[in-house]
Amino acid sequence: MQFLVAEGARLVVSLIGVIGLVSVNALFLIWMERKVSAHIQLRPGPMEVGFHGALQTIADALKLIGKELITPEDVDKIIYLLAPIVMFLPVLVSFLVIPFSPALVIRDINVGLLLIFAFGALSVLAILMAGWSSNNKYALLGAIRSVAQNVAYEIPLLITAMSIILMAGSFRLSDIVAQQSVLWNIFLQPLAFILYITCATAETNRAPFDIPEAESELVAGFHTEYSGMRFAIFFLAEYTNMFIVSAVATVLFLGGWRGPVLPPVVWFLIKVYLMIFIIMWFRWTFPRLRFDQLITFSWKVLIPLAFVNLLVTALVIKIL
Amino acid sequence: MMLEKGVEEKTFYLNLGPQHPSTHGVLRIVLEMDGEFIINSDPVIGYGHRAHEKMAELRTYQQYLPNMGRVDYLHALAYNQCYCMAVEKLAGITPPERAEFIRVITSELNRLSSHLLWFGAYLMDLGAFTPFLYCFDDREQILDLLDRLTGSRLTYCFYRFGGVPVDIDDEFTAGCRAFIQRLRSRWDDYDDLVTKNVIFIHRTRDVGILTPELALKYGVTGPNLRGSGIAYDIRRSEPFSAYPLFDFEIPTGERGDIMDRYLVRLREMEQSLRIIEQALDKIPNGPIMAEKVPKRLKPAEGEVYTAVETARGEFGCYIVSKGDVKPYRIKLRVPCFSNLSILPELIKNTMVADAVAILGSIDLVIPEIDR
Repeated sequence: MQFLVAEGARLVVSLIGVIGLVSVNALFLIWMERKVSAHIQLRPGPMEVGFHGALQTIADALKLIGKELITPEDVDKIIYLLAPIVMFLPVLVSFLVIPFSPALVIRDINVGLLLIFAFGALSVLAILMAGWSSNNKYALLGAIRSVAQNVAYEIPLLITAMSIILMAGSFRLSDIVAQQSVLWNIFLQPLAFILYITCATAETNRAPFDIPEAESELVAGFHTEYSGMRFAIFFLAEYTNMFIVSAVATVLFLGGWRGPVLPPVVWFLIKVYLMIFIIMWFRWTFPRLRFDQLITFSWKVLIPLAFVNLLVTALVIKIL
Repeated sequence: MMLEKGVEEKTFYLNLGPQHPSTHGVLRIVLEMDGEFIINSDPVIGYGHRAHEKMAELRTYQQYLPNMGRVDYLHALAYNQCYCMAVEKLAGITPPERAEFIRVITSELNRLSSHLLWFGAYLMDLGAFTPFLYCFDDREQILDLLDRLTGSRLTYCFYRFGGVPVDIDDEFTAGCRAFIQRLRSRWDDYDDLVTKNVIFIHRTRDVGILTPELALKYGVTGPNLRGSGIAYDIRRSEPFSAYPLFDFEIPTGERGDIMDRYLVRLREMEQSLRIIEQALDKIPNGPIMAEKVPKRLKPAEGEVYTAVETARGEFGCYIVSKGDVKPYRIKLRVPCFSNLSILPELIKNTMVADAVAILGSIDLVIPEIDR
């Protein structure tokens, strides 16, 4: 009984913590995206509202909350309304296993990485639901593209992660961090890191892989028919997803919370936001790939490279 | 107007436009799609029709002049110039040489601003936002220069029958030279960011190939034609204004794909810089208006056709006069109408993303088609 109460309390505290983190992270990332893009594009726009534009995201959020939620007439209502929720909930669950520091982890389970990848794969279902139920051809095309893209990029992502798991011998995220006590994996597995960051960018639907929304082609892709807060939830999920893939990259390749002087959690966050910065940097530099090129790139380049990397890793481990 | 229906059950129709981020105006293209592939397409025009040609019949020659800047708002000065040339030819007015030089300088600046806007907007069609703002940064310098001289920033109406109303001064000249230097120093940035970008190359090489035969068949002009390897430029083939006095090249492509059209425009910008530089060096002193241009223009009976090279191709102005203060009939030959007509041939059997890329590479200005 006591155990159940303690667990219940722990769950509530964790949930509040995660929701807090998700909101603050989204607010911060929207601000950060504006600043990064403005610096890359040499424009002074995001300096207007508050100190260095700090209040802009709050103004944006208020605007989105104030907007009318329009439901087009011929949508498949239940699926249409469920899609944003299905998009967002799995992302929340992924926070369960992320080790922010040796002490700060909600559940340090032994299949942590599998859990993140499994729940990460659910977002494609949400995109498909949104695109299908919207009864809009642009949305439908976006959804179909999304499915093909996610299937294509999840495979190299998992194979790449496998080579790290071979080295650590565990799916538990804290074990993977422990394995990097001497040298970070990015130095041992530079190719894997590049593959991972490429696939992760595609998984989060960020440019140059933002094919499902492809603004200049499909208007807004799968979320064309979503307005106000419903749109904001898709947006929130995208930013939270970015946080998660970057956190996984930090754990797999950058030694997790390890670092001198500063507390572990600070190191962890620094590394995560550095990864996010790199993903943002991509977005403001590259043009968008064409759909078939995107798929070809995954099947003909990324997957073979990921397999080669896995084989070499396995061989080296066997020999040593 | 619509495509034939019910030919194949598996196809569906997709309306690209009239409100779409990539049509850059109110153009609608009905696409018959098989999944991501385009089986057929049908451009639908007329959403922005203003009856420019009819308006000419209801106004005097001077009153109609501001309309020319609205036909193509991106290279307004060339349209001004063409109309002025036509009326001058009709009325027997010869502008002084200094005026012709000023026309060349300002028109080339305007061509640069048009190409820069195309450059940026095109990269946005391909999903890259940053080059767009870099180009706008450069374009802003031109707009400031022309703003100071002409008083407007987009729909210029600067030329008059017989010359130009305002002379250029030292500050304008210095500004032009500074701009030339600035833009030349930017080519490396653009090359690194765009021309050498592997994604950009993959999106544009061997996509939307326009063969020289097809281009000639449809009357395509401008950078689109030159991208297919035909060095046809009105500035050379039928020299007008002060252009024969300058030394410049006509860049051409080899394959006629999007990349070639892009490179042609890029090199054309360099040539424009050369022309401006030479014009600034050689500009003669003297008046900027012809003497004794009547306030109330009443050209003799007759007809006249003049053509200029705009940023998008050959623009021609055909005027029939019955000796009245108003033209009897005006016909505008606009480049984009012919350029748009090749679109269905080019986007057949490509994907939606390609269609957007090809549409952008033709560089359409819709009010010109819907005049």
